[in-house]
Amino acid sequence: MTARAARLFLALSAARLFVEPAAAGEVPLSERRSGYEFMSRETRAMQDDDTGNPGTLWVLDGEALWKRKAGASDRACSDCHGDARESMKAVAARYPAFDPALRRPVNLEQRINACRVGRQKAPALAYESRDLLALTAYVTRQSRGLPINITIDARTRPFLEAGREAFFRRQGQLNLACAQCHDDHWSGKLAGSPITQAHPTGYPLYRLEWQGLGSLERRLRGCLTGLRAESYPYGAPELVDLELYLMWRANGMRMETPAVRP
Amino acid sequence: MTTRREFLVLAAASLAAPTAAKAQLDPNLAAKRKAAYEEALGKVVGGARVRAGRVKLQLPPLIDNGNSVPLSVAVESPMTAADHVKAIHVLTQRNPLPDVVSVHLGSRAGRAGISTRVRLADTQTVVAIAELSDGTFWSDSAEVVVTLSACLEEGLI
Amino acid sequence: MARAVVTVPAQAKRGEIIEIKTLAAHAMETGFRRTQLGELIPRDIIRRFTCTYNGVEVYRVDLHPAVAANPLIAFTTTATETGTLSFQWVGDNGYSVTEIAAIRVE
Repeated sequence: MTARAARLFLALSAARLFVEPAAAGEVPLSERRSGYEFMSRETRAMQDDDTGNPGTLWVLDGEALWKRKAGASDRACSDCHGDARESMKAVAARYPAFDPALRRPVNLEQRINACRVGRQKAPALAYESRDLLALTAYVTRQSRGLPINITIDARTRPFLEAGREAFFRRQGQLNLACAQCHDDHWSGKLAGSPITQAHPTGYPLYRLEWQGLGSLERRLRGCLTGLRAESYPYGAPELVDLELYLMWRANGMRMETPAVRP
Repeated sequence: MTTRREFLVLAAASLAAPTAAKAQLDPNLAAKRKAAYEEALGKVVGGARVRAGRVKLQLPPLIDNGNSVPLSVAVESPMTAADHVKAIHVLTQRNPLPDVVSVHLGSRAGRAGISTRVRLADTQTVVAIAELSDGTFWSDSAEVVVTLSACLEEGLI
Repeated sequence: MARAVVTVPAQAKRGEIIEIKTLAAHAMETGFRRTQLGELIPRDIIRRFTCTYNGVEVYRVDLHPAVAANPLIAFTTTATETGTLSFQWVGDNGYSVTEIAAIRVE
């Protein structure tokens, strides 16, 4: 009840904050900041030290899963892709990426599951399951420190535009767009918490609120619920389009996975 | 005194449907928590006097999220067979239960201390107590402010 | 699967105080949370962490629900002799995990 009551209070405060129309504009490159920079010294320290970062537990699980045979093919990820430290380097930094078979972008979780079902002949892993988060974290960990690198071509442009449109569209009972907080008011605070620029540099990440690792889609679904909008199911095209836009919007920023956030 | 958090909970509970009544706060909560803290303290020290000093309790004064707060305790001691720290206890005054951790150690630790991460349900005082091999108790305390995150998950109401 | 991670120096000088860091994968369910239907979620925590050095207990922690999920415990011990440090986490519902680290002492 505590959190719920507080959320109502915050929702009302947020509604008051945005009565005046704000000028919408994307964050200029020189002013882009990771959520890391908005955190306390202690939470940064938790992310920086691998031996104390709880996300390490998932990365190590992912490493074990990478090498474990699965499905009717009796093959492990490593049987085709070898050492992930080499083969998966910088891969996550360009996801969501275009899938020619589906003729649309897929996120990394969907790419991993496509491999499981199509190549390993194993059942798909459930969204937010420990195994899917672990594999995603392990693959993404191989891009840590590397710049996000989304390239847009004629095939992906419509999906980027759909994601951008969603970011600027007012949604939910609070009638707020993502951009109103994360482009226009990122230097401010919502209740006691800093409003960040919403750059997805560290997913899957360990969120203190979750007390566990979670995906970017989990975060987006939480945001939508916060706006009192109806959320989309995991893997929905609307969420992947938004992920594509957010990653593109963060192009050039360094990956931090597994990040820690409050 | 009623904190903002307790006020919100009580206000919400009074508005909500009967199912929410389960979560309604006990009006004697503050007194019960104080009694629970005194009882936990009594178990640790018996009737002994607890002196301030020797113990250093470190917590961030302002906390991003009460689910995981870095906490460390260090106790000044030569840590020899004759003169060492036997135990370190961490207690809270406003969590649902007062106990956090109890550490049992001896001269082989080299330094007396612990670093961990704890849950703090509310703005409150945290207390660390060290029991020395000579039977004396020493303590330190820290005041922490726990803020609520603005963008919590689950639904709004 | 990695159920716990321990960080211990591989070697040390005799008498040196070494730093040990441990992380265990555990939700530390407090027993105070409720589901959205109002049902209490039963407590499920690690209750005890023990470090033994060549079979002798050197550090022990009793944990309560106020310890954060995926508990971190960092502490020190004195390097006395070459051998094995053993770490054990024991908790509710039969939870028990043991990790071992070798140390060479000169």
